[in-house]
Amino acid sequence: MFPLPRRTTQSTKRTMRQAIDSENGNSDGQRAKRQLLRAKAPTEEIIRDWSNMPSEILTHIFQFLPLWDRARASLVCRLWNKTFHLPELWQTFTFEFNNPNTSHFKSTPPQLIRQVLRRHAHHLQSVSFKVDSNKESAEAACQILSQLVNSSLKTLGLISTAKPSFQEVSREDFVTALTVVFVHSKSLSQLRVDDTPVDDPSLAVMIQNSSDSLELLNMTSCPHVSPKGILAVADHCQNLRELALNYTLLSDQLLLTLSREEHATLEQLRIDVISSNPNEIMQFHQISKDSWQSVAKHSPNLTLVMYFYVHNDEDFAPFFQCDTPVTHLFFGAYVSKSALRRVGLHCPKLIELVVCANGTQPLDDEVVLIAKSCKNLHSLGLGECELSCSAFVEFAKILGPNLTELSVMEEVLVGDNNFDTYEAYSAVSKYIGRYWMPEYMPVV
Amino acid sequence: MKSTIHWFRKGLRLHDNPSLRDALQMLQPGDVWRCVYVLDPWFAGSSNVGVNRWRFLLQCLEDLDASLRKLNSRLYVIRGQPTDVFPRLFKEWKVSCLSFEEDSEPFGRERDMAVMKLAKEAGVKVILRTSHTLYKLQDIIDVNGGQPPLTYKRFQAILSKMDPPDQPVDSITASTVDNLTTPIRDDHDEKFGVPSLEELGFDTDNLNPVVWPGGETEALTRLERHLERKAWVASFERPKMTASSLLASPTGLSPYLRFGCLSPRLFYKKLTELYKKVKRSNHPPLSLYGQLLWREFFYTAATNNPNFDKMVNNTICVQIPWDKNPEALAKWAEGQTGFPWIDAIMAQLQQEGWIHHLARHAVACFLTRGDLWISWEEGMKVFEELLLDADWSVNAGSWMWLSCSSFFQQFFHVYCPVNFGRRTDPNGDFIRKYLPKLRGFPAKYIYDPWNSPESVQKAAKCIIGKDYPLPMVNHAETSRINVERMKQVYQQLSRYRGAGTQCLLATIPYPDGGNGNPTGHKKHAIVQGMERQHAERREHGQPAHMPLLKRRRWDSHFQAAEARDQSEGDMSNVD
Repeated sequence: MFPLPRRTTQSTKRTMRQAIDSENGNSDGQRAKRQLLRAKAPTEEIIRDWSNMPSEILTHIFQFLPLWDRARASLVCRLWNKTFHLPELWQTFTFEFNNPNTSHFKSTPPQLIRQVLRRHAHHLQSVSFKVDSNKESAEAACQILSQLVNSSLKTLGLISTAKPSFQEVSREDFVTALTVVFVHSKSLSQLRVDDTPVDDPSLAVMIQNSSDSLELLNMTSCPHVSPKGILAVADHCQNLRELALNYTLLSDQLLLTLSREEHATLEQLRIDVISSNPNEIMQFHQISKDSWQSVAKHSPNLTLVMYFYVHNDEDFAPFFQCDTPVTHLFFGAYVSKSALRRVGLHCPKLIELVVCANGTQPLDDEVVLIAKSCKNLHSLGLGECELSCSAFVEFAKILGPNLTELSVMEEVLVGDNNFDTYEAYSAVSKYIGRYWMPEYMPVV
Repeated sequence: MKSTIHWFRKGLRLHDNPSLRDALQMLQPGDVWRCVYVLDPWFAGSSNVGVNRWRFLLQCLEDLDASLRKLNSRLYVIRGQPTDVFPRLFKEWKVSCLSFEEDSEPFGRERDMAVMKLAKEAGVKVILRTSHTLYKLQDIIDVNGGQPPLTYKRFQAILSKMDPPDQPVDSITASTVDNLTTPIRDDHDEKFGVPSLEELGFDTDNLNPVVWPGGETEALTRLERHLERKAWVASFERPKMTASSLLASPTGLSPYLRFGCLSPRLFYKKLTELYKKVKRSNHPPLSLYGQLLWREFFYTAATNNPNFDKMVNNTICVQIPWDKNPEALAKWAEGQTGFPWIDAIMAQLQQEGWIHHLARHAVACFLTRGDLWISWEEGMKVFEELLLDADWSVNAGSWMWLSCSSFFQQFFHVYCPVNFGRRTDPNGDFIRKYLPKLRGFPAKYIYDPWNSPESVQKAAKCIIGKDYPLPMVNHAETSRINVERMKQVYQQLSRYRGAGTQCLLATIPYPDGGNGNPTGHKKHAIVQGMERQHAERREHGQPAHMPLLKRRRWDSHFQAAEARDQSEGDMSNVD
């Protein structure tokens, strides 16, 4: 809290009021203003007075305060209260819905929400809804969403902070609420609806209203959207630069559409390859070489992120059979040796490789091949895998100081004839030019 | 005639006990000495200390009493709260000196300050010495510029700049107390004897057999065995994890270190001597003392932070939107998750009071960032009750570490409750031992019995869903969602590191010299506000720029600080 100097007394407030009056052309006020200036004899005192602070500075300071502190500051005096309600401070807002039975955090107070809707709905440009695991929280969020009839949003984010509770809301209620926003926000630029029941018809409404303005769409794990639905988005939203979706929605046609000449250059594409049941073979389709080539040609600086949650060797078969312009790879559950080998053969643009777990076979050949082929690799993460110290040292030797992120769990490295683990740590430190140690876990 | 009281809390030993030793050496022939343990009755009833921990403690006290008997003294167990007990004792026993071992934990320090004030008022001299930790923790903090190191790497670097820890002091022997007396009353056992579990209100009918016997004698025996085994193996590298590592080991030392039955400085000294003998080298690597250093690390991190065991208002803890879910928590705590690997570990914990550290990682990950997304504070409370070696600092610190709530941990690696166990113990013997219901399952299915055909379940006389629960979550789904959530949280935190917002590893904020902030000073509110604003703007997809303030000035300030920390963090001169 900003402490008020003792000088802000009743008399100062009175002179403030007089000063304001004088601005309004009040001649008494003019006299009062002269009095005010005369009353504060040394010039330094005028500068020190809070009430003389230019309002842009005050507004700017308010921007740094979190909402609660800002709200408390607004109770100090009329000027600060006025500043609190300036449109600039209401362009961005996050509605939080947390149920005390399911969350340790607080919700946005209902009175504040009402105030926002009443006084600032038309100022809102960038809105997020954060909900906890409770279905009621998601429902409350949808309720507010459907009241945003006076807002023309540029960005909208629906964020589950724990379980994806938006998925538990009835599709109808959700889509109805979302459509309200789509209809009234005709220049939506960013839309984040991962883990929600958004569907093809609602996306169609969005396209109708914001096809020219849409630049970012994140919709991973949206089970009610079909490949056709996303294709329509790609077709009409030619300024789309960032897209996140599940692999099941990715098609050759989609990639080709995104690579058409009229289409803006794609900056970020994130693809989640998910298999929810380790016992099921998913039989993923394969994307053709031509599609990847078109993408690479049209958007040469594309950040292509692929997150794999795949459990079976067979499920990796359709991937990396041809040159794939992937830059960031995360294997969140498992990766087969053969898939990793193909990464080494076909992913020259790779920047980051993170492997949560593999089997018990050492990954020596695969890792060294990747070091040789992926000249841009900066970042490596290895969880439950096995790698001999020699192979790891060679990896570090090839890539050298470019390896800015190297996170390898302690148990990964296995000593061999050339290096025991401590010798390996030293050698790696030498090659990457900084002191390096693996990720330790407490042994108490 | 002078009279001294030694107050045992932890440090339940007569070897390397500098506070007791110094107090005794101040006495003249004929003076009186007594050793006291204050048993807080309010504490005994609290369910947050389980029967195994109480039994261990009582065994430690019995052992102390036996050792003191050999020195013609006894242990005085006194019920009550220290601030009530001591003024009474000061008067009754005409005490001139009170000695005790330093307790580095915030609440311990508070309690001790209150007692020291009472001692001062009663004209009692206080002798306080550090012997529960290798170092005076404030020394470590001072070398690190006033803040505790928040990465293990930084911690090791600090220690390597310091002298080795002090040598353990000589044990209290008959000659130390030669001319001193303890006036033992006839009704000593009745008034001051070590209570039994029944007296404390525990039902002793169905107690599990003792796997970890408490006491200094046992601790020292184990120390010898531990060193013998190391010498025999002649390797000081991390031992390879096998199925038998999961079982309680007769050379395990962690509970004894926690209660102070074993002096950490003695252990340190013995390890050093052994290494020098076996390896014929005078430069043991820091990794030799792994167990001791982790303990020291957490004690140091916790000593000035009374909120260390919480998330909210704990400055070093990331605020993660954990779920509140009492039913799920109960299933985890009671070993009813439906994942045999997790349930067997929790069963061992419940029965014996100790689990291997990799087992701890598995169950902690499952409860928090891996599967159930429940707060680490809940897991910490369960461990506090059941785990013999869990004390406040180490327990809270470990839980924060394992849930990726602090200490700059990468979260991409989630332990699989099926595969991790399978890799460690392919045959599943550990599971069969602690979950006898699943004994009939073959190794192929014992880690995921819900996948076995009905015929196998029938043959094993255990139908999944009836005799043993179905898995409480779909690990594939929950772990995927949870990694995403962790990423969401961390993306809001990390200062823009120029590595691109898509780098998974770079979402962990750069550990600035291990302090978490550039110059080791508390972040000014404006800076915090700036970072919040940056994070919010990033969240809303706006570029994180500062319109009015001169950006360059702040940037160069941070850059200079980072450069300073990086050069300090450059450990090329470290052995």
